[in-house]
Amino acid sequence: MGGVVSRRDFFRIAALGAAGLTGGALVRPRRSAAVAAPPHVAAPKVQPPPAGHGHDVGTVGEVDLRRAGVDPVRYLTHFDGGKVSRLPNGRTLREYRIVSHNREVEIAPGVVFPAWVYNGQVPGPTLRAREGDRIRVHYTNAVDHPHNIHFHGFHAAEMDGVEPIPKGRSFVYEFDAEPFGLHLYHCHVQPLKRHIHKGLYGVFIVDPPQGRPPARELVMMMNAFDTNFDGENEFYAVNTIPFYYARHPIRIRQDELVRVYLVNITEFDPINSMHLHANFFHVYPTGTSLTPVEFTDTVMLCQGQRAILEFRYRRPGRFMFHAHQSEFVELGWMSFFEVVPHDAA
Amino acid sequence: MTRPEMRRRLLAGLGPLALLAVFVVLFLAYGPLGVFEAAFPPVEKLTIERVTLRPGEMVVAVTNGGPQPVTVAQVLVDDAYWRHTIVPDRTVPRLGRATITIPYPWVEGEAHAITLLTSTGLTIEHEVPVAVESPRPDARYLLTFTMLGVYVGVIPVFVGLLWFPFLRQIGRRWLNFFLSLTGGLLVFLGVDTLAEALDVRTGVPGAFQGTGLVTMGVVGTILALTVLVRRTTARAADGPQARFVLAFLIALGIGLHNLGEGLAIGAAYSLGEVALGTFLVLGFLLHNTTEGLGIAAPLARDRPPVSRFVLLGAVAGVPTILGAWLGGFVYSPVFATLFLAIGAGAIFQVVYELVRMMVRQAGDDLMTTVNFAGFAAGLLIMYLTGLFVAG
Repeated sequence: MGGVVSRRDFFRIAALGAAGLTGGALVRPRRSAAVAAPPHVAAPKVQPPPAGHGHDVGTVGEVDLRRAGVDPVRYLTHFDGGKVSRLPNGRTLREYRIVSHNREVEIAPGVVFPAWVYNGQVPGPTLRAREGDRIRVHYTNAVDHPHNIHFHGFHAAEMDGVEPIPKGRSFVYEFDAEPFGLHLYHCHVQPLKRHIHKGLYGVFIVDPPQGRPPARELVMMMNAFDTNFDGENEFYAVNTIPFYYARHPIRIRQDELVRVYLVNITEFDPINSMHLHANFFHVYPTGTSLTPVEFTDTVMLCQGQRAILEFRYRRPGRFMFHAHQSEFVELGWMSFFEVVPHDAA
Repeated sequence: MTRPEMRRRLLAGLGPLALLAVFVVLFLAYGPLGVFEAAFPPVEKLTIERVTLRPGEMVVAVTNGGPQPVTVAQVLVDDAYWRHTIVPDRTVPRLGRATITIPYPWVEGEAHAITLLTSTGLTIEHEVPVAVESPRPDARYLLTFTMLGVYVGVIPVFVGLLWFPFLRQIGRRWLNFFLSLTGGLLVFLGVDTLAEALDVRTGVPGAFQGTGLVTMGVVGTILALTVLVRRTTARAADGPQARFVLAFLIALGIGLHNLGEGLAIGAAYSLGEVALGTFLVLGFLLHNTTEGLGIAAPLARDRPPVSRFVLLGAVAGVPTILGAWLGGFVYSPVFATLFLAIGAGAIFQVVYELVRMMVRQAGDDLMTTVNFAGFAAGLLIMYLTGLFVAG
């Protein structure tokens, strides 16, 4: 009903007219071509940020790590090799126990999220094996909703982890760790979006038989949370807690080789990305080759995609890394490396 | 009344209350609370009542109109988490208020979105459609809003009152025409004010019950003014005194309506919704001048002193200034709804009094062609001047 102008609109229009009669002191033009702006008035000006505020972007307060879904410092470098034993044929057997629970976790300062968790944490534990090892995962679902674990990798059809495991039931997933690379495990019960974004996922690393060069290894799961369940994420992060590594930069040493196991599980958004400041890295897509395919400073991953990144910092100092989607940055996916000089370390 | 009678009456009066108290205690002690305390997420209803923009800063006033306390965990501006402070506390109790201050480099003339994220992850969103610096109650803005009120309310009303000598010279038939015309003007304004009240009501926090405010404002004002009229004109049903009271009531009703207009103007200005157009004030003057005519019409048979006209003009016009101040500096949907409802009630009551006066003067034969034409002309004038202004 474009033709109808309410009386209130008319006041709005009239009011500034009246203001104009007061001497034009308050008249500021808006972007309307129909209105002749006074010649002295310039284009809209940007308000300068107030002095003394360095980084105003960010959450306020700190997450209570006892209530959090993950200890972000520990998660970076904690690899679970399982309970190791030898099979009669000489191969290594790695056994894991994973239980799914419901847990209210503080995912951002003061914000509690009703998560679904593997072994009490979001993301679940990082499982690590060598190519050819036998993997045996004793899985138990302790909660009302059916859940399961679907591993990426080679395995038999019945070990694929698409059958829901009802409450109180257990299942043993058994397969060989192959191929080597950076993989993922997650719940595969429908509705998939909800089972994933509520927290049922983790990293599964299979090392090549000959291993990789020694490096400072860091696990980074790009994840996000839809706290109001409207199909859009309110928070983005690596390793669950938004802005955590911006507040508590990750310390690495000058010139040391850094290897980032980067996995994207972000729900609802088609892609996520990582950009490293003041540096370039080698990209090993899915970690399935020992030869890098790209030397870049920005990598883009779709949901479920992952890559190993390797780099060294030649200069000490504080360097940002973050999603190169500005929206995700300002919603939490923003972090820092603190590069410590040789002599200080 | 004997003492046993007294006791019986007391018991009859208080008995149901006592019984209710017993049920409340039982409910709290043993009642089916468990049913209601299931694992439902808490109901969180936070209303953003007002956003004030200062250079490099946004100040957000929130009210909790829901049944439970709400904790504001984080604040987003334009989909970015932003630093902020909240006073008095992050947790806003039921019916409580809080003020959130956000240092933010907002851009003049552009839209911004403010989102509050509660401790349960719920989001409460608010849009600033066009960012302009909010007026502060300093001399410059006080002067601006005062001048706005003068042009929109005071001048038209006084100009309209100048028709008084004209009204004195015309015959009885034509006076009836103008009284009917006044009725038409008032009905138009009354409906408009009521619609505005119902519109603003939707921004009132739930617990303050916008619909209830409108009902109380309209009905309460009608009743209060009716009682007031009965008291002031008890002795003389139709004399100069009664006619002046009627004129005063019309002035009061129009004044309350103009208060609402002032609120709308001030609020629109502070919300950055004021569009440009100086020439429109001319139409606005024309539109509201008829209000003065309406006030003068009942007095046409009398010779009131000039001071009384000044009083009537002030009662009708000055509230516009007050409204503009309130709307510009301390706009709140709760008060705006209440003021508008009171204005609507006052106008409808005045229409009733006007009709009563005409009945007293003309007998039951109100439905004359002249009266109908006058009433229709009143509606039409408001509509047409409104069109002219809006165009």
